[in-house]
Amino acid sequence: MNYLWAFIVGGLLCAIGQLLIDKTKLTPARILVFYVISGVFLTVIGVYAPLVKLAGAGATLPLTGFGYALANGVKKAVEADGFLGIFTGGLTATAGGITVAVVFGFIIALIFRPREK
Amino acid sequence: MTKKTGKQTIIFNNPPHILSYVAVGGKEEAKGPLGKHFDTIFPDPYLGEASWEKAECKLQYSAVKTLLEKSNYLPQDIDIMFGGDLINQCTSSYFAARDLQIPLYGIYGACSTMAEALHLGCMAIEGDFAENIIAVTSSHFCSSEKQFRFPLEYGGQRPPTSQWTVTASGAVLVTKETGDIIIDKITTGKIVDKGITDANNMGAAMAPAAADTIKTHFEDTKLDYDYYDLIVTGDLGKLGKTLLDRLLKEEGIDLSERLDDCGCMIYNIDKQDKHCGGSGCGCSASVLASYILPMVKEEKFKKVLFVPTGALMSPLTCKQGESIAGVAHAVSITKREEN
Amino acid sequence: MNDEQYSKIVNNYAPSSPLFTDMLKAFFAGGILCLLGEFFRSFLISADFSVTTASTWVSIMVIIIAQILSGFGIYEKAAKYAGAGFSVPISGFANSVVSPAIEYHTEGLILGLGAKLFTIAGPVIVYGITSSVAAGIIYYIGGLLK
Repeated sequence: MNYLWAFIVGGLLCAIGQLLIDKTKLTPARILVFYVISGVFLTVIGVYAPLVKLAGAGATLPLTGFGYALANGVKKAVEADGFLGIFTGGLTATAGGITVAVVFGFIIALIFRPREK
Repeated sequence: MTKKTGKQTIIFNNPPHILSYVAVGGKEEAKGPLGKHFDTIFPDPYLGEASWEKAECKLQYSAVKTLLEKSNYLPQDIDIMFGGDLINQCTSSYFAARDLQIPLYGIYGACSTMAEALHLGCMAIEGDFAENIIAVTSSHFCSSEKQFRFPLEYGGQRPPTSQWTVTASGAVLVTKETGDIIIDKITTGKIVDKGITDANNMGAAMAPAAADTIKTHFEDTKLDYDYYDLIVTGDLGKLGKTLLDRLLKEEGIDLSERLDDCGCMIYNIDKQDKHCGGSGCGCSASVLASYILPMVKEEKFKKVLFVPTGALMSPLTCKQGESIAGVAHAVSITKREEN
Repeated sequence: MNDEQYSKIVNNYAPSSPLFTDMLKAFFAGGILCLLGEFFRSFLISADFSVTTASTWVSIMVIIIAQILSGFGIYEKAAKYAGAGFSVPISGFANSVVSPAIEYHTEGLILGLGAKLFTIAGPVIVYGITSSVAAGIIYYIGGLLK
């Protein structure tokens, strides 16, 4: 059952993004930023955690999931370390994704040359 | 005494002659309806160079080189070259001329640059400051995408109003000598800005400028609207062309049957998935050299008004929310009447 | 004709994106991507990974695959079709990291590749971290009030 939800929730989050692109002329960079901030916000108000439980990767893979990981990490860090957790929690929880994206992106960019569309 | 006629037009006493012309392009342009008329096609988008910027330089260099060979001229026979492109600080034109050793003015007028080059060149000849001039412009899809839009590997969708920067260069040799084709009138355009801010809709930004210049040209010259067999705008694209027709009709000028646009002519727009058509200052230049001038020579069209249009903006001004200004310059090109 | 009237005419004639088909494509492409991710995630959880660790591994795999496909120019072609279906998931983020890095490699390793790698990723990280700190403050104050 959670496979079906992964498909539906993931699909819907992307369809909303498409609606924003077609209707608002928001550039892709703005949409990504908007998704991350929305993810943080939805986590704080307690909406996103149940969605992750329901849809799994359907909620964690869209960039709102990146916001969820940031907010969730901060939450745990504040619980464990108090005030310091405000500053350490977000990046600690997302370190894996960011590091891989940067390092692997660096390697790929070393190897490949831009090509015409 | 000034040679100006009306507000913005110059009618030449001794019209300069177009002696020869060259168009070079890439593989997308080869697939278009004019592909077979290009002098050289480069299937490799890099043209064997290390960067897109170098590739565009080579494109422009080879257009000028081929032009000189075709017309049996040496670089030292050329008094002034007027070159332009879209890349920051006009590097494509200046660097292309490093090896040519021809006196050069680098100019910028976005996609209208070819008209700007022809205007300046013709005035230099009419004023006896030069015997032979070359007007050349180029654009390259990849270098323009990189400078104005997104990296090529970036996954995104192009909006339906967007235009595709043409990978091409066009070069024209204009002289005092006797050729088949003459440039007898030019009209310099004013900046017209109707507040369009969408950089993916340049046709809409430029159409009002084209309408203004065409209207002024007819007012200044007092010619009939059916004087020209073809009025061909620079690269308004499909949408811009429709808008131009509409704007002219609002002014009571009906040219529908004579209007065409370089951006619409260079590609099979739907088949090649080019949205609203081609753009870039290589577009009007290569259409001029590959199609319009040969057609005038063969008398398929006797009188053509060539009106390249430019969308004036930079990535910076766009981010600052500035609107896109449009400009259009008109060049009247006609078959020389035998005396 | 003033600017407003002109803008109306432009909007009348301007071709618009086929919204329904675009959204449908985005829905299916994004849905299938997430479905595959969920298969992998369930597999990892069944192999005794914690839920958070499994999610992180799924994200890492998706990032790596998306960047390899970007290098070959395949991701760009797929995203042209799928639209937001491939730009909203983390794979789109990965693509936005690697594509300017490839493009600006010609401007050198430091200020070309190194700096441009963050063209789109930079704002995402800036606003992500900043909003996470805001969230942290809320959680902290919430904890004090308990």
